[in-house]
Amino acid sequence: MAPSSQRRSSYSKRAQYNLFTGYIVAGVGALLGAVLLGISFFQPQLFGGPRGAAQDAASPATETVAAARTGSKSLWDSISGYYRAGSKNAELKREMELARIRLEEAEALRQENVRLKGLLGLQEEERKPVAVARLVGSTASSTRRFAYLGAGSEDGVTVGMPVRSPRGVVGRILETGSLSSRVLLLTDSESVLPVRRAGDETVAFAEGRGDSLLRIKLINLGINPLKVGDMFVTSGAGGYYPPGIAVAIVTELTDDGALARIVSDPAATDYVAVEQIFEPDAATGAQTPIEEELGD
Amino acid sequence: MERIDPRARSDAYGSRLNRSHSPLLANVVPWLSIMLGSLFPIFFIAAALPMVPPLGFLMLLGWRLVRPGLLPVWAGIPLGIFDDLYNGQPFGFAIFTWSVALLVVEASEMRLPWRAFWQDWLIAGLLGTLYLFSGWLLSGAPLTSASLAAIVPQLVLTILVFPIISRIVARLDLWRLWRWKRL
Repeated sequence: MAPSSQRRSSYSKRAQYNLFTGYIVAGVGALLGAVLLGISFFQPQLFGGPRGAAQDAASPATETVAAARTGSKSLWDSISGYYRAGSKNAELKREMELARIRLEEAEALRQENVRLKGLLGLQEEERKPVAVARLVGSTASSTRRFAYLGAGSEDGVTVGMPVRSPRGVVGRILETGSLSSRVLLLTDSESVLPVRRAGDETVAFAEGRGDSLLRIKLINLGINPLKVGDMFVTSGAGGYYPPGIAVAIVTELTDDGALARIVSDPAATDYVAVEQIFEPDAATGAQTPIEEELGD
Repeated sequence: MERIDPRARSDAYGSRLNRSHSPLLANVVPWLSIMLGSLFPIFFIAAALPMVPPLGFLMLLGWRLVRPGLLPVWAGIPLGIFDDLYNGQPFGFAIFTWSVALLVVEASEMRLPWRAFWQDWLIAGLLGTLYLFSGWLLSGAPLTSASLAAIVPQLVLTILVFPIISRIVARLDLWRLWRWKRL
């Protein structure tokens, strides 16, 4: 379409001034945006309040859609389950038998653990989740990987708490509104998680890459001991996550570690649990700058 | 007259007899549809890649290019504030980029006052590419080549979806100016 005649403001002084003011306001708006952008680089949490309120306002819609999404997914799963049902059934039975044997062994190990811990005088209290809620949405058009959770500060969720699904770690709470909160997913390029290889003490950091993979960076450099298929679990260092939760599986080896795929895909989870920060003292201690610590 | 041609006394916006436009719809529809476009991507759970095109930005470009002269030049400020509440980028990103994009369209319109659709598409494609690239650059996270490669599918979708967006905008525009009100 051709531009309207609005631009050809002719001899009317009022029309000319209106047009001119529009350009000035748009230019000032661009500058304002640049300044706000600069501020939020240094203070990312500064605008968390309005964002949380906006997310709370949208939560009736997002909750409904999330419920419909998980419902339709399970319907699809049950339809696709019929495809090659016979061979799948036989395979599952075989796996089930093996799993039963492993389960018995694990039970024996658990009892041995309890006995040994009793000898050492360690006690373990049961960890109950703070809240159980759905992941209601995500920032699907941004480079950053955030998800929105349908539980907020009214449910007792606070910043820094780990979020997990039955399969493994999903991420941790970044901002809270009163009814919803924002989760930093493991795949975001700002997420760093201390992990170890399941089965031995090979410690590493799992960093998000901004695409679907995690980068496993080994702390002890040397000969790369990793193999494709190795499972990484949380090590408990840093104080946020309890140790021993599944994180990722190695898919490709690199010079200083490996690339790994996350175990718990947030798009495939129904409900997730928000847990207490594992060791709050350690978590705050890790954040305190060393000068401040020495100053006291 | 009606027996010869039932649409004799009507035009593209409905009957001209005894009917008038709704001023509320005519003013609200462009703004509301852009805000809905900003809101739409949060309904998807994209854990791996940014998959959904920036629909708020595309709706803004759609209204600006399909219907020049309707949105004021400063429309990027209020609409950008709303988009920033939901888009996941650092706050201020949409205010900045949307204002700049509207000024760029304004400048390109001075060069090309009469445009065919492919020129609109070219402008929207270039602006969409720049928008996604600056979104990667100004995301506030460490810049990795992997996350740059991850925006390629989204970029392809963004360019391909613009003709659909402009069709939707044209249909909304027809609906916006429909003579709903009975006099």
